[in-house]
Amino acid sequence: MHPVLKTVVQRLGLGLVTLFIVSIIIFAAIELLPGDFGEAVLGQAATEDTVAAFRRELGLDKPAVLRYVDWIAGAVQGDLGNSFSGRSSSGVDRSRPVVDLIGPRLWNTMFLASFTAVIAVPLALFLGISAALYRNSIYDRVVNAMTLTTISFPEFFVAYILILVLTSLWPIFPSLSNISPDADLLDRLYRSAMPALTLTLVIVAHMMRMTRAAIINLLASPYIQMARLSGASQREVILKHALPNAWAPIATVIAFNLAYLVVGVVVVEVVFVYPGVGQLMVDAVSSRDIPVVQACALIFAATYIILNLIADIIGIVTNPKLLHPK
Amino acid sequence: MTQTPQNYSAANEKTAFVSERSRWDRVKLTLGKSPWTARFGMIVILFYVILGLFAPWIAPYGEAEVFAVPFAPWDATHVFGTDQIGRDILSRLIYGARNTVGIALATTLLSFIIGGGLGLVAAINRSYLDQLLSRGVDVLMAIPSLIFALVLLSIFGSSAINLIIIIAVLDATRVFRLTRSVAVNVVVMEYVEAARLRGEGLGWVMRREILPNIMPPLVAEFGLRFCFVFLTIAALSFLGVGIQPPTADWGSMVRENASLIQFAQYDIKAGLTPLLPASAIALLTVAVNFVVDWFLHHTSGIKDTPK
Repeated sequence: MHPVLKTVVQRLGLGLVTLFIVSIIIFAAIELLPGDFGEAVLGQAATEDTVAAFRRELGLDKPAVLRYVDWIAGAVQGDLGNSFSGRSSSGVDRSRPVVDLIGPRLWNTMFLASFTAVIAVPLALFLGISAALYRNSIYDRVVNAMTLTTISFPEFFVAYILILVLTSLWPIFPSLSNISPDADLLDRLYRSAMPALTLTLVIVAHMMRMTRAAIINLLASPYIQMARLSGASQREVILKHALPNAWAPIATVIAFNLAYLVVGVVVVEVVFVYPGVGQLMVDAVSSRDIPVVQACALIFAATYIILNLIADIIGIVTNPKLLHPK
Repeated sequence: MTQTPQNYSAANEKTAFVSERSRWDRVKLTLGKSPWTARFGMIVILFYVILGLFAPWIAPYGEAEVFAVPFAPWDATHVFGTDQIGRDILSRLIYGARNTVGIALATTLLSFIIGGGLGLVAAINRSYLDQLLSRGVDVLMAIPSLIFALVLLSIFGSSAINLIIIIAVLDATRVFRLTRSVAVNVVVMEYVEAARLRGEGLGWVMRREILPNIMPPLVAEFGLRFCFVFLTIAALSFLGVGIQPPTADWGSMVRENASLIQFAQYDIKAGLTPLLPASAIALLTVAVNFVVDWFLHHTSGIKDTPK
């Protein structure tokens, strides 16, 4: 087998194993709940029958392994169980399926994340590569100082500064991003501009610094010096010699930061009341609605793992040393 | 007495040497050469420490003392006004230095005890235990820690103790990785071998042989981890699932006063109020980063080249 293919298959297998173990950990969350949580969900007045019925619905009378298989099989088919909220002590069940809660929000979150990525990735790459090329110039120092400051700020600080400036002092954008499901694309873009801008600022800082470090590392390697000494022009050095080796670190940087977006999105969605999965998860945590928390965590963790997996695979596939084995 | 090769003793020459610098002298010398960013950072950190330690004497009012007017504007009685139920913002900011920073510091310490201890054991042991711990850490690190923290908080409920334990355990994975990777290089040294051969126990080897030699990267990591933990706890508190009221905490203060920001057009001071606790968080993070940067530069032994 070609070495590249072999490494890719190995990495994919490892990713699958990780996903499997992570799903077990998230599933085990419900096992850790105290024994009387049925009453906590249904209220003090719940009769024993209601509690027993609730426990049966969750399958707590079955062994954990069986329940895990049921849960993961359901999750793969898009059935994530029912929410804890909306249940009453009298046994009336107005709870909604978790999928119905998550579905529209997932689409919103993905919209926000891709909107951010489309702005942030090219911007960060441009800033990072140019800062690396003009290292120690005034431009490099200014960009560096600015990004170092944004990294040290918590996301909500950046968000509120932007709100103060762009919605309160000079009302350009709406401060709340309440998107209705039937809004057209332009309205969506306008309303999600503030959260996207916040995320962009936070992410560009990380991404730009990592790109810069990766390129500087690369430009210091002996073969680049060799290319320079052999008389290649700056353009040639970068496009022909540096870039083929830079894809792996750059892909890692991008994927790492898109994965970071997963975390940033939670805080930013809450600040701007953006109807996404992050906000849903925080609400579910406060009300201790475990099925919703599990589902959201599964989505976030899976996205995170898959993005990192893609970065690794791009790194492997574009690695010249692996592509041209001796 | 004249010295001849027969009765020569080095003892007489001892006075010719400059006495060795005391630890205090060395600290003074190093500090004297520190850049302004590091000095700024150290002053800020010192300021926060003093605020945190002496909060009850510095703060004009009590931590949860409620006054008649909620959302009072900035004036002489309430320097930064009052919050949504009429508590003095300045006092809460000062108490916040004690609560927020204190909890973050406790969490970081705990994560270093767990992660550092296990990392050292894994580096020395290198058997199935090392494999087990390392693979376990790999899996835990595959989940973003904020998401994992949210899952665990939803199960165990939000209290200060739960928060400290959960974040410390999640963060210990990073500490474990670093400790293990630096300690592995030290474990193979001859002096460690010698210590083991003369029958020293695991605890001695960890504490007296390995730990002193991996200190610099760990201290720098402590600073960075502290920033990370501090920001995570602030984010969780901001989301309303971290430190719970009435404890004064910067993260939740931002959330509680956030609505004031829409009045910035009419009164810029009101608009700035929610940014005060947020900038308190940001300032400390920047300060710690500055000091860590300098510390890393200093211990890495890179000498400043004259430009």
